[in-house]
Amino acid sequence: MTDASVASGRRGSLFARKPWLAAILLLIPPMAWLVLAYLGSLVALFVSAFWSRDSFTGHVVHVYSGDNFHQLVTDSLFRTVTLRTLGIALAVTVIDAVIAVPLALFMAKVASPRVRLALVVAVTTPLWASYLVKAYAWRGLIAPNGPMDWLTGGHALGYGLPAVIVTLAYLWLPYMVIPVFAAFDRVPDSLFEASTDLGAGGWTTIRRVAAPLVFPGIAAGSIFTFSLSLGDYITVQIVGGKTQMLGNVIYGQLVTANNQPLAAALSVVPLVLIVLYLIALRRTGALDEL
Amino acid sequence: MKLTPGLRRFVTIWTIVVLVLLYIPLVFVVVNSFNVSKTFAFPPSGWTTTWWSAAAHSSGAWHALGTSVVVGLCATAIALVLGTLAAFAVQRHDFFGKNVVNLLVVLPITLPGIVTGIALSTTFTSVLGVMLGLGTVIVGHATFCIVVVYNNVQARLRRTGSSLEEASSDLGAHPWQTFRLVTFPMVRGALLAGALLAFALSFDEIVVTTFTAGPTVETLPVWIFANLFRPNQAPVVNVVAAVLTIVAIVPVWLAQRFGGDAATSRT
Repeated sequence: MTDASVASGRRGSLFARKPWLAAILLLIPPMAWLVLAYLGSLVALFVSAFWSRDSFTGHVVHVYSGDNFHQLVTDSLFRTVTLRTLGIALAVTVIDAVIAVPLALFMAKVASPRVRLALVVAVTTPLWASYLVKAYAWRGLIAPNGPMDWLTGGHALGYGLPAVIVTLAYLWLPYMVIPVFAAFDRVPDSLFEASTDLGAGGWTTIRRVAAPLVFPGIAAGSIFTFSLSLGDYITVQIVGGKTQMLGNVIYGQLVTANNQPLAAALSVVPLVLIVLYLIALRRTGALDEL
Repeated sequence: MKLTPGLRRFVTIWTIVVLVLLYIPLVFVVVNSFNVSKTFAFPPSGWTTTWWSAAAHSSGAWHALGTSVVVGLCATAIALVLGTLAAFAVQRHDFFGKNVVNLLVVLPITLPGIVTGIALSTTFTSVLGVMLGLGTVIVGHATFCIVVVYNNVQARLRRTGSSLEEASSDLGAHPWQTFRLVTFPMVRGALLAGALLAFALSFDEIVVTTFTAGPTVETLPVWIFANLFRPNQAPVVNVVAAVLTIVAIVPVWLAQRFGGDAATSRT
């Protein structure tokens, strides 16, 4: 034994006797940060949702009441906006799934390994281009004197709800493609061959064999498309015209109306919707795909 | 793998169409930055580089770029340390509650940015009484950047296994020597890839930034958004957008070279 290993033996044996000690030492800094800065903030957000605002001075009053949540449920504006946001998030998710499935099928089962790798890079690269720039690009594409207007002879999409759905579907598409591709990739070719040997046509094989196996991938991708759409408030300002989503209302309450407690209560809505969505998807095995 | 010829043709055409649609907006932004028309009428009636030189003299854009770089570097440094520690703990040690650690690291990027942003801003202003500024933006960015470093380092550690480190210590190396000569060279590529991607994430972020920046701090995305609806600033915004689109390709390409390959090298 060398001197170095003897010297290290003492420390080594301490960690050997208490193997969790090293793990704890490693975990203290990141967990302290995440618990204090992040979980702490979420708790603060939730607590502040029960505060109220003095309508005279505009200051936040630390008196606990459920008034904000009462207003949330009874105010028809909030209900309309919540339903609209939910509808947008679901539409975006469905569109992305429809676009992603044939694309992922090609990537996983038709393309050669080289082409497959190139396609994975090609699909993920736009994710790193600025979110803001991509939304801005769509603003230009569908502008009244833009390319779409020119191509369709004056039938550009225009700013509004459909433009929001198209732009969000564009923004989040890669998040759907990658897990669906991974799911297709895991389906052994032999299953397809067995299905064909047993007399199923191409479409029947896709529908009866591939679809059930790929569904967890779609569900995993949908977590991103759904959650990201639900919280968005920038894209809707860029291409949405007068359309309002939950994010705009929350931002408006916080910044314009200076009502932090109501904004906090409102931001619990997307949180709850996402948690409900995750619970609904838990049975599909989607959470293991993340 | 046998698909029927019809299905094969369909998915091939579908893939080509989707890829073209995926890149049209990005190409459009770059093309439009040379469009001579100030209202960006299409098709362009002529080409110019005037907007590029105007953008080069936009002090607002340069200042915002500087702020973005400072925030990105600081947030990346913090995320690099915290993400690496968490990755080593999870991959090299056994303990109860690994799922909780995993969830906590991933959570900031799973929840909508607006929830994270408003939660942080509430804590800073109402609970801690801190002035919003550069520091609060860095804290916010570091929080959601941890996961990128964590994922990259963790994937690398899982793939390499611990047998080399065990061999090193069996052969008499001091733990620090093992780390310096065996472990670190193995994860270096993943650290670099994680850092690049964390920086790119921070550089592009706008939602959490809006809520944690206060009125004095302006990162590049915040600057773009503030100038997006000002017609006379549109040409400069176009150029900045084009530059960002081109620059975005670089970190991805570098990250793939430095071994952020967990997702892409699988065949």
